[in-house]
Amino acid sequence: MADDLERPDDRERHEGSPHLPSPTIWPFAFAVGVALVLLALVISSWLVLAIGAAIAVVFGFLWISTATREVRAASAPPPLRAATAARADEDEDEEGPPRYPRSVFLEGATLGIGAVIGAIATLPALALAVVPAFRGQGYDDIDLGPLDNFPEGEWIVTKFRSARDEPADVSRRTAYIRNNGAPEGEPSFTILSNRCVHLGCPVQPQGLTGNQPTEVETEEGTVELFETSPSGWVCPCHGGSYTLEGNRQAGPPVRALDRYRYRIRDGRLVLGDPYSVGEVHGEGAEARIEAYSITDPGVHVDGPEQFLYPYVP
Amino acid sequence: MAIETRRRKSKRREQVEALVLYPVDWLEERSGLVGALRYFLFRKVPSDSNWWHTLGSATLTAFLVQLVTGVILAMYYKPDPDAAYESIQKITNDLEFGWLVRGMHRWGASVFIILLFLHMGRVFLFGAYKYPRELNWLVGVLLLVLAMAEGFTGYLLPWDQTAYWATVVGININATAPIAGPFIADFLRGGAEIGDDTLARFYSLHMLVIPGGIIGLITLHLYLVIRLGITPPPWTKSAAGYEPVEDGRPSRTGLVEPRPRGNGAARPARELE
Repeated sequence: MADDLERPDDRERHEGSPHLPSPTIWPFAFAVGVALVLLALVISSWLVLAIGAAIAVVFGFLWISTATREVRAASAPPPLRAATAARADEDEDEEGPPRYPRSVFLEGATLGIGAVIGAIATLPALALAVVPAFRGQGYDDIDLGPLDNFPEGEWIVTKFRSARDEPADVSRRTAYIRNNGAPEGEPSFTILSNRCVHLGCPVQPQGLTGNQPTEVETEEGTVELFETSPSGWVCPCHGGSYTLEGNRQAGPPVRALDRYRYRIRDGRLVLGDPYSVGEVHGEGAEARIEAYSITDPGVHVDGPEQFLYPYVP
Repeated sequence: MAIETRRRKSKRREQVEALVLYPVDWLEERSGLVGALRYFLFRKVPSDSNWWHTLGSATLTAFLVQLVTGVILAMYYKPDPDAAYESIQKITNDLEFGWLVRGMHRWGASVFIILLFLHMGRVFLFGAYKYPRELNWLVGVLLLVLAMAEGFTGYLLPWDQTAYWATVVGININATAPIAGPFIADFLRGGAEIGDDTLARFYSLHMLVIPGGIIGLITLHLYLVIRLGITPPPWTKSAAGYEPVEDGRPSRTGLVEPRPRGNGAARPARELE
């Protein structure tokens, strides 16, 4: 009985010299396909992705088929199959073309219909779980109140609601805002996000901060403004430390603090989209900012590491 | 006289036995479940199995505790940003036994993870991951990953400052994975930022999706343990292939004792036929 389950020659092959596949070029071609797929993810090109996937699939198949040729040739078909095959051969001899019995058709139909029903039940649920997370990711403009509340050269801790339709617990955001004056006739602001670019904890001003906010009523709700006089920014979680311009000074962060775009509308400061920053050169209104599209904390935006992270819309 | 008493007693005993066994036999005849249970409970294990071999059962018990307490906690917990914190306060302070069941779930989570690692260490040090049990090691690794995911998703549910910021940090750690990171982070948050959907999302993952996966994998894990048998400790003689192994014929349909992999000299003559 045991010998039916495992024939002696099987065992010899398992325990004999290790199986050495004959050298082929397919693995290299397969690797090229995979590399193309990764490249496509970086540069967001569907065409390159399709080409890479096609190359990987074709050469992956060839690789497997070459590597397993010996094994497949050596293993004789199991007795049951052999008997069926023999009978099929006889049928072929007698009646010409191969026959497709009713039972095989019913097997296929049952499996196929089962797969279709399974897909109908599963795919919508899967889509609901995954797709909404990637849709409608935008940032609303947020009114922060009159410009008079931001005296020139002073840092202001600004707390606001990022979305009207979400509870305050999850939509409260903080920005550090400094009015740089209008050196070239055009008002200039430095607006830093308080999201640490190490892993997302809230960075704090290193210095005294007032506890009596100036409250401004806007369409989005109440905006709270606190005066502060920091010498830099520090993160309470893992000790990331930043200069006043947001450049990394010490600790684990990988880039400078994110910033917000802004607009002046009817004498009021309006907050726009956030963006990520590689490094800031210079200060205040003269600062030259290496701007990148908004990116998750802990992710490099410049240097060779940036190619590890694809652009997420 | 004495003989009669004994006979009367044994007759009553027979009646009681028949009464007890009737439903068991009824069930066995129609399902075979009793036989399967007997096979599971009274299967042979190596004679020098020891306390280290109980770590797997201990881990399973810890998971069952999490399952039971978690199901009951779900009766009172509200996965809504405005109500979650208050509902936890209510469970802990107002409801009878709420503090106990929540405490069991909270501390049991750590116990579960610790036992998982101890069990994994035992399997590694005993060499129990080797042929033919490699697949069971892989299943165990998946179980470890899912258990960690349970810990991560459950940590947000108290919805206090620790929970919120630990989850922010945890999601952003996921986001730093090359290539797939930002997508994983968006999937976990349910958007670009943690929003009002994130809590319910984590709740669903924590109490439905991941436990479902864990239950399925534990079933597979146990099936493989029963099918392949328990590895004797490494100091045993039979593990080194000195003693001829007992007859390996299938004792039940589909359940085959594994073929030992010792050197050829130690293989019993029966196998060389």
